[in-house]
Amino acid sequence: MSVAVPQMPQCWRRETKAHKFCPGCGHGLVLKALGEAIDELGIQDKIIFGCDIGCSLLAWDFFNVDTVQTHHGRTTPVITGVKRANEDVIGIAYMGDGGGYAIGSQHLVNAASRNEKITVILVNNTNYGMTGGQMAPTTLPKQKTETSPYGRDVESTGNPTQGPEMVAAITPESAYVARGTVSNVRQLKKYIKRALENQISGNGFSFVEALSGCPTNWRTNAAETWKFIEEDMTEYFKVGELKVPSKKKEG
Amino acid sequence: MTEKPIQGEKRVFMTGNEVVAWAALAADAEIMYGYPITPQNEIMHYWTRLAPKHGRRFLQTEDEISAGFTTVGGVLAGRRAFTATAGPGNTLMQEALSMAEMMRIPIVQVVTQRGGPSTATVIYSQQEVTMTCFGGNGEGARIVYSTSTHQELYDYTIKAFNTAWKYRFPTHVLGDGYQSKMRESLTMYDPQARGIDMVPTEPSLGNEGTPGVDREPNHLRNTYNTEDELYDVVTNIMSDWEKYAPEIAEYQEYDVEDADVLVIAHGVVTRAAQAAVKELRAQGKKVGHFRPVTLRPIAEEQLRKRVEQAKSVLVVESAYGQLRKILDNAIYGLTTPITNFFKPGEGVTADEVVEEVNKLL
Repeated sequence: MSVAVPQMPQCWRRETKAHKFCPGCGHGLVLKALGEAIDELGIQDKIIFGCDIGCSLLAWDFFNVDTVQTHHGRTTPVITGVKRANEDVIGIAYMGDGGGYAIGSQHLVNAASRNEKITVILVNNTNYGMTGGQMAPTTLPKQKTETSPYGRDVESTGNPTQGPEMVAAITPESAYVARGTVSNVRQLKKYIKRALENQISGNGFSFVEALSGCPTNWRTNAAETWKFIEEDMTEYFKVGELKVPSKKKEG
Repeated sequence: MTEKPIQGEKRVFMTGNEVVAWAALAADAEIMYGYPITPQNEIMHYWTRLAPKHGRRFLQTEDEISAGFTTVGGVLAGRRAFTATAGPGNTLMQEALSMAEMMRIPIVQVVTQRGGPSTATVIYSQQEVTMTCFGGNGEGARIVYSTSTHQELYDYTIKAFNTAWKYRFPTHVLGDGYQSKMRESLTMYDPQARGIDMVPTEPSLGNEGTPGVDREPNHLRNTYNTEDELYDVVTNIMSDWEKYAPEIAEYQEYDVEDADVLVIAHGVVTRAAQAAVKELRAQGKKVGHFRPVTLRPIAEEQLRKRVEQAKSVLVVESAYGQLRKILDNAIYGLTTPITNFFKPGEGVTADEVVEEVNKLL
């Protein structure tokens, strides 16, 4: 009897599938977009993939590429260290919004300022997923989480972090900055591909935030999850390219 | 290939921080990652002046957390990489060192101890012993060389790279601000000319070939799903550590054979202890000195033997018992009385040691 195997990017590691993310989680879609981008660019043998702590750590054996799982927020400096030591590799730092915008924000800011020749892919699902759904820097106003049970009060906790806007503001013109969404995987793949190309050509820092869903902690069904990603999140987090070296930006 | 930084041997008179930079160059260190903190700064100053002339690299990071983790990245990429720090910077670096301990990443860290806790003083102390040996959420699978002279700073900085890459444990050169800032004579040399071969490095990430096609991918992690998985990993690390500890441990002894009073001190304080023993011996007093060179692992067997032989032990350190705790653990069960002479954050003179020993005779 033959079993239908779902279509997977060539650089995915089949032995570790099905993946370990929760049902409905957006990580699988982001990693699919990334996998296809790697395949299309033919750079599987050059990739050093770093994943953070939080749900992103579940990607530690996801690809047939050399991978290191680091600490919370520390993937940016580890990949920076790798790339500084070996310029021939293509370094990808993969993290969540807590890792990039809270505990590792100093690393993101300074790697961006230094225009490190690495690619950071940050998955924004508006909460800390692995630890059980606490408020994140990206939690939307009035959104309920385990540490904002009555809804996020922006008076006392501030407004959601707009990461790509910040990165775009502090990087030179040679950086690439975009925000995509798992609700448009083709576009997300295009952004990730451009981000990788920007590193390959030695231009500078490249950063893609991916809007993503967390139905487990959001306690939403499929329709509600999709609505939150497509409507609520994009109202605050504008999808599009913020910085494209020597190209007209889209969005 | 660029010219060797040091041809043959060279007699010099320089500060300890300059010595460390030269030693790292001579050891073929390829990249340093660092963040400014006193009294470590001049290691970076000299490295950044010397490195480009010899094709070496440097990255100034945003903090010591990043300096630690970028060093981890450099080592994973297969480079002989190192960092240097002190005090609160060492505190921040413990996170990366914990990862290095778990994943057997041969990171080299030079520590120039300053006062503590907190910001404290910027020049001298021996208060980073506990942190350097046991910092982070781990079991202390680290190797710590406590140096006492500029010659040792040179010798052990070179040796630290070889120890790290041979055994794959984080390796530390534990100096202090006095050693960093004072000038002293020493002989610098090309390690190869003295028959010291540098242990080859190899990448953990980014080997030849396409992963999954030509070879298996390297998937490195420090997180585990089950207690049993972690148990196996940690017991393997510690069984290696225990296996290699006896061949790594180093010590020095001065007039210990017939000593009634045994003075134990490490690092720069050994110099006061050595001078005191010399003076007391000239007066015909039976005093000896045991100096652990490695604080982790400690030369347990030899230490126990000497403590057992003595009638009395004096522990001298520029900290409030950080060395004493390591000693207590190693000599547990022995009944030789022990007296403390603790001067946290202050230097110790030979006269002071003589005075303390005389109280015990």
